[in-house]
Amino acid sequence: MSRLSQRFADLKAQNRAALVVFTSAGDPSILTSQAILNGLPAAGADIIELGMPFTDAMADGPAIQQASKRALEAGMTLAGVLGMVETFRKQDAKTPIVLMGYYNPVYIYGPERFAKDAAKAGVDGMIIVDLPPEEADELLVPLSRSGIDFIFLTAPTTDEARLPVVLTKASGFVYYVSITGITGTVSASEEAIENAVRRIRRFTPLPVAVGFGIRTPEQAAAVARHADAAVVGSAVVEKVARGDAALVHAFVAELAKGVRTARQ
Amino acid sequence: MADPIKNSLRSGPDASGHFGIFGGRFVAETLMPLILSVEKAYGEARNDPSFTAELSNLLTHYVGRPSPLYHASRLSAHWGGAKIYLKREDLNHTGAHKINNCMGQILLAKRMGKKRIIAETGAGQHGVATATACALMGLDCCIFMGCTDIERQAPNVYRMKLLGAEVRPVTAGAGTLKDAMNEALRDWVARVDDTYYLIGTVAGPHPYPAMVRDFQCVIGDETRAQMQAQEGRLPDSLVACIGGGSNAMGLFHPFLDETSVAIYGVEAAGHGLDKLHAASLAGGRPGVLHGNRTYLLMNDDGQIEEGHSISAGLDYPGIGPEHSWLKENGRVTYVSATDEEALDAFGLVTRLEGIIPALESAHAFAYAQRLAPTLSKDHLMVVNLSGRGDKDIATVAKFRGEGGVS
Repeated sequence: MSRLSQRFADLKAQNRAALVVFTSAGDPSILTSQAILNGLPAAGADIIELGMPFTDAMADGPAIQQASKRALEAGMTLAGVLGMVETFRKQDAKTPIVLMGYYNPVYIYGPERFAKDAAKAGVDGMIIVDLPPEEADELLVPLSRSGIDFIFLTAPTTDEARLPVVLTKASGFVYYVSITGITGTVSASEEAIENAVRRIRRFTPLPVAVGFGIRTPEQAAAVARHADAAVVGSAVVEKVARGDAALVHAFVAELAKGVRTARQ
Repeated sequence: MADPIKNSLRSGPDASGHFGIFGGRFVAETLMPLILSVEKAYGEARNDPSFTAELSNLLTHYVGRPSPLYHASRLSAHWGGAKIYLKREDLNHTGAHKINNCMGQILLAKRMGKKRIIAETGAGQHGVATATACALMGLDCCIFMGCTDIERQAPNVYRMKLLGAEVRPVTAGAGTLKDAMNEALRDWVARVDDTYYLIGTVAGPHPYPAMVRDFQCVIGDETRAQMQAQEGRLPDSLVACIGGGSNAMGLFHPFLDETSVAIYGVEAAGHGLDKLHAASLAGGRPGVLHGNRTYLLMNDDGQIEEGHSISAGLDYPGIGPEHSWLKENGRVTYVSATDEEALDAFGLVTRLEGIIPALESAHAFAYAQRLAPTLSKDHLMVVNLSGRGDKDIATVAKFRGEGGVS
């Protein structure tokens, strides 16, 4: 069983959702970023979404754009991202890591070579924002040979005719983008999220994670009542920007408390 | 018998929007359903006689088409070789070829029931053309423009505002066209219901590269008929500048299957190809950005690099995917001209022909200047004069160290 499946199965047994925490690799510096990453499981992150920085983060709001910029200025590269995962794996063999980013750096690295190196480093899944199912095969096929899940995004605009197109190729979990917009801006209502999750579940047995616009422990708890995972990104990244790993971990602990008590 | 469609270089892209490995639809899922709906609406519109009639009517009576094909006799004599013809896109309403595409897409946006139009702009020509189309149709208009470009293209910024558009400054990155496109995509994702993204060049996700090309093909179609009328034959060569490459594609495409016609696309070599430039084909490699796979300027880690050109309209690290495909199959010869060569050609055309060309178009003249003297006097060369240069006079004055323009 993959680390992702195992983690979702364990949490289901505990009747609670996963907290997925996003941070950009190399932000605000390579050393601090590694310290932040290494401390996330103890702080309460169930799954880690590690951002691969890119110059042109088209789907991201200012917080994650700035995070990417800081990481690139700190010298982060795609090989560096894999190096961070490898270091993390020396101390944690269980917490799933999903890489999130844009296609060009992976394409230039070479999809085949990337799939091998990522599996070796201990990566469990990939989210590539600008690789819809229509274009995904060139990366999805090598990844699946390496045992890495390809996690597709669905959005409020993904209607019932299109959902099967996206979901037939999905593995690991499904990431529901809860708003039409960029990261870290507006938030969806609990009712809208509940309806959306119910709709997606009619088409797939995969766990459903919900992200975009989740900023507080209360919002994370609201999502965790209905979805299998709540993803917090921009709000975490804003703490990361301050350069203090302990501050980030304290915030993650608050989010974790929200998620863990949501269904009680 | 060979299938004439399969043997044509004009039959691309395939059903999923690819020109060989280039093109495609590399966008976030939120936008995917919209992109598909634009494709569907365009497919219906192009086969609807009422749509094509309305567009043709606008092009004739509003844009002022056909634009002249003008024999530049003084320029021809000066270079002492090829007989030079200029395709006068500078004489279109709003002063550039951009309006051809805007007329087509604004009719499509109306047909789709959209109320608000967004667009990116570099030199401001596409922004002005879009703002003009929106004023004509009574639609809301928001133009994304990099801060650097806002500064160097001030007259166009004011024109857009006069036309009722909101000009949204983009501070990210180097504040040029690439950043403006990122921001327009971000806006579109947040306003999917009421907004239409009117892309100004033959790039972006399918169907934009093919659709913008189709709307710009009026340039090449007219050139063909006009040359036939004036010289009784096809031209021997075509020269056009390339940023994203829409004026070039519009001129080139109707001639792609005519093997006797040599075709030259001129990229912006900025300070020189070994220094800062915006020549994606000469100095880049295939990658994925802004919805398509195409040649891009980037570092070894796949991070996109900033382009540089004195011409804001060419200052983009990518190029339309069909150009990448035409480079790889060798049908079009892609060359480049530096800032300095373009400025030199700018001065020459202005003084010899009494036509102030856009700095973008001046790159085409810079290459024509190299090529024309090597050709015989019966060689017919068409240079696409894609836009007028009034917007650039402050840039030129600054470069020359001359005052009198602010």
